[in-house]
Amino acid sequence: MDIGSGWRGASLASGIAALLLGMNTMPARAQGAPPAAPPGGPAGIFGQATFPGKQRPRGDPAVIARGQALFGINCKACHGSDLRGGDLGGPNLLRSQVVLGDQAGEGIIPVVQKGKPASQGGPPMPAFPLPLTDIQAISEYIHSVVGQKQNQGGPPPEPEKPLNILVGEPRRGQQYFAAHCQTCHSAAGDLNGIATRVPNPASLQDSWVAGRRAGAPVPGATPATPIQVRVTLNTGATVQGTLKHLDDFAVSLTTAQGEYLSFTRQGTQAARAVEVQDPLQQHRQLLTQYTDPQMHDVTAYLATLK
Amino acid sequence: MKPQALSGFMAGAWLSVAALAFAADPGPIGSLPPLLPPAQLLQPLKDAWPTYSGDYTGQRYSALRQVDKSNVSHLSLAWTVRVNGEIRDGRSRNPFAPPGTLITSIGGDGKGDYAIPPPAVKGAVLQVNGVLYVTSPDNAWALDARSGTELWHYFWRTRGGTHIASRGPALWNSALFFETPDDYLVSLDARTGHENWHVQIAPFADEYFSTMAPVVIGNHLLVGTGNDGDEPGFLQSFDPATGRLQWKRYMVPVTADDPALKTWPSLDAARHGGGQVWMPGSYDPQTDLYITGTGNPTPGYTGIARPGDNLYTCSLVAIRVATGERVWYYQTSPHDTHDWDSAQTPILFDGTIDGKPRKLVATAARNGYFFTLDRVTGEHLITYKFGTTTNWAKGIKPNGQPDPNPEKSATIPGSLVSPFEGGVTNYQAAAFNPDTGLFYTHENTGFNILYLTDPDPRGSMGLGGKRFSIVGYTGNAFQAIDYHTGKSVWRHVWPGTGGTGTSVLTTASGLVFTGDTNGNLVAMDAANGDLLWHSGIGNISAPPETYSLDGHQFVLASVGEAMYAFVLN
Repeated sequence: MDIGSGWRGASLASGIAALLLGMNTMPARAQGAPPAAPPGGPAGIFGQATFPGKQRPRGDPAVIARGQALFGINCKACHGSDLRGGDLGGPNLLRSQVVLGDQAGEGIIPVVQKGKPASQGGPPMPAFPLPLTDIQAISEYIHSVVGQKQNQGGPPPEPEKPLNILVGEPRRGQQYFAAHCQTCHSAAGDLNGIATRVPNPASLQDSWVAGRRAGAPVPGATPATPIQVRVTLNTGATVQGTLKHLDDFAVSLTTAQGEYLSFTRQGTQAARAVEVQDPLQQHRQLLTQYTDPQMHDVTAYLATLK
Repeated sequence: MKPQALSGFMAGAWLSVAALAFAADPGPIGSLPPLLPPAQLLQPLKDAWPTYSGDYTGQRYSALRQVDKSNVSHLSLAWTVRVNGEIRDGRSRNPFAPPGTLITSIGGDGKGDYAIPPPAVKGAVLQVNGVLYVTSPDNAWALDARSGTELWHYFWRTRGGTHIASRGPALWNSALFFETPDDYLVSLDARTGHENWHVQIAPFADEYFSTMAPVVIGNHLLVGTGNDGDEPGFLQSFDPATGRLQWKRYMVPVTADDPALKTWPSLDAARHGGGQVWMPGSYDPQTDLYITGTGNPTPGYTGIARPGDNLYTCSLVAIRVATGERVWYYQTSPHDTHDWDSAQTPILFDGTIDGKPRKLVATAARNGYFFTLDRVTGEHLITYKFGTTTNWAKGIKPNGQPDPNPEKSATIPGSLVSPFEGGVTNYQAAAFNPDTGLFYTHENTGFNILYLTDPDPRGSMGLGGKRFSIVGYTGNAFQAIDYHTGKSVWRHVWPGTGGTGTSVLTTASGLVFTGDTNGNLVAMDAANGDLLWHSGIGNISAPPETYSLDGHQFVLASVGEAMYAFVLN
């Protein structure tokens, strides 16, 4: 699907993150309103209810609660307690075209009342001779769960499952660290207590692989080095500083004194050479070299540095 | 294949098209000649830009030569305009206009309370008879191609849906078509912007949203849709005169007798298996085959729910336009588990393989692999990993398919995967220049750590059940690929560590136009990649195009809501 494909350039990462978080990154407005109008929609473009299953007004909580109880008795065994399909082979109701297309029970009620023959490789569904109001309550309950689906077809949010990220072998990780990382980092220095500062192993892994600083800043630690650049001018003189912009046509930097300078890279006035020093270059290089087990080993080792 | 019989069919199709055109266009405006008789779409790409890729080949190769290597450095701005999505009455432009005379024509059955993003041009802009036809979600415009002046605006009041993009309109005789995020196909009178009709093309309740630029082929209007949930993808053909459905072809098995069902665990899984058709394909009039890419299988990241190759997702599929019959397919990404669709517009060209002339189709897929096939039979000829850091496959199978490494799917402790979720390339159109014989595409490289957050044996739903963390760009580049091998003849690395590339245009004068990763529209020498011209207009959102009016060759590009037209001044 084309998630992400509409996002441009340098904002790719933040755009995806914003999309995942349901944040509004663009000014939105109600249709036809003048540009100065306040943002429309309950929570901005990606927070508002995109599709009918989420736009549907929420039913009476008492009816939904009754429907949930009835679902538990009659439907759960086949369709699962989360409606995503159960052990007895009933289909996932949260992506069922009968459910999604149903407005007020006209699609769901006949299926419950009459059952369905075996189809699509699944078992037949028996008829449930329940009172109409009970089936209506079940239908309301199903719609209430569909209404909690996440963007991009994701299921309703569930409590986070405790998953073990730390599958690596700390001793092997320590050996890898000694061979590849110790030029710049040390367990007693910048990484001292890293596992206490970043207790979540997945965050620890994301940040060390990317070379991002994570957790609370360490007092007295040297600040992260921004990308440096050295430009050799057409006169032969050199200028260096923190890189601000670089493309095929221009380069710009801020000197240590705080002066902003920019130079053309084209024509007779072009800078002769542009040398970039990216402190994360080694991290980028290693991305193409790690195996997943090596990465897991280093994470397991760093997780011991409490 | 019997070309003679097929050309007879095509001739018949054009006749009936002409008859329909005159029957469907009564009244004073209807008595004007059609703006674009569909037979005109069979012409090579030159002065006009009448369909998504310019012409049916998908090459994005213009025969225009006025702007060439010697003078492109003098290319400068002719006009710029910002498309306006406001609903406006006539008095916003002319204070003497009577009340109620709208510049904006309004359609749609939404309540007008759905917040939509600001207009952004992310698709093809058509140029016919000196008029540009432009779309963004819920909006269509006609602009004077010489000046950018707005001629009319049409606004669709939406019911909702994913407002990610509109990939552009299509033109048939004097009717303009576009799709809406809430799943309508809208037909407008291209001269006035007034609505002819609209039809629903997918069940909105099932979370379909529609972005594709429709494609006119004779008296067929081919229409695809998108869906991020677990619903089946399909391509449909509508009668462009009436909006009547002619055929519908699913891209996953939906009946028990489909032989591809053996590539799915069950019919239920297949019927929720994705394979959306959300980008325009290409068309070969000699064989009447429309060749399109298809999207990823669903649920996207939890392949445990759907063991098997999952046909016909992530495939090139050749469809007989007259009937909707599937003639051949080739799956470029068996059992995808990374949301890397193969929806990219394929490119058709004639070339030589092993010294023999062949009718070919090539694609650079989002998964990092380049393919050349025989476009008549679907026979596989070449596979090459053009994504230099692409690491998700164990190797290439004897039939040329990448062989997925299950360890590079989402895993609980995290797998280090290249490319990013966005792919080595994406919807951005590649180009092919028959003079150089080179295929031009962007190459995005970088790494995610991909975590499985929902190890449920039933799999997750839609694009759920995973988390990815971007851990580094490793450099983005532009490649000129030799279709005989898939290897690049030249490769230009864009400086810096960010960004993504834009679509490509190439010309008979030996130029390549594209956007770099730093907000420049650039012109390169098609033979060697030398940079010849640039203009820092911003991150280009719509494919660069070219057209000619009054003896001036225009180069057009769009950045969000802003459109820029360049000429030799």
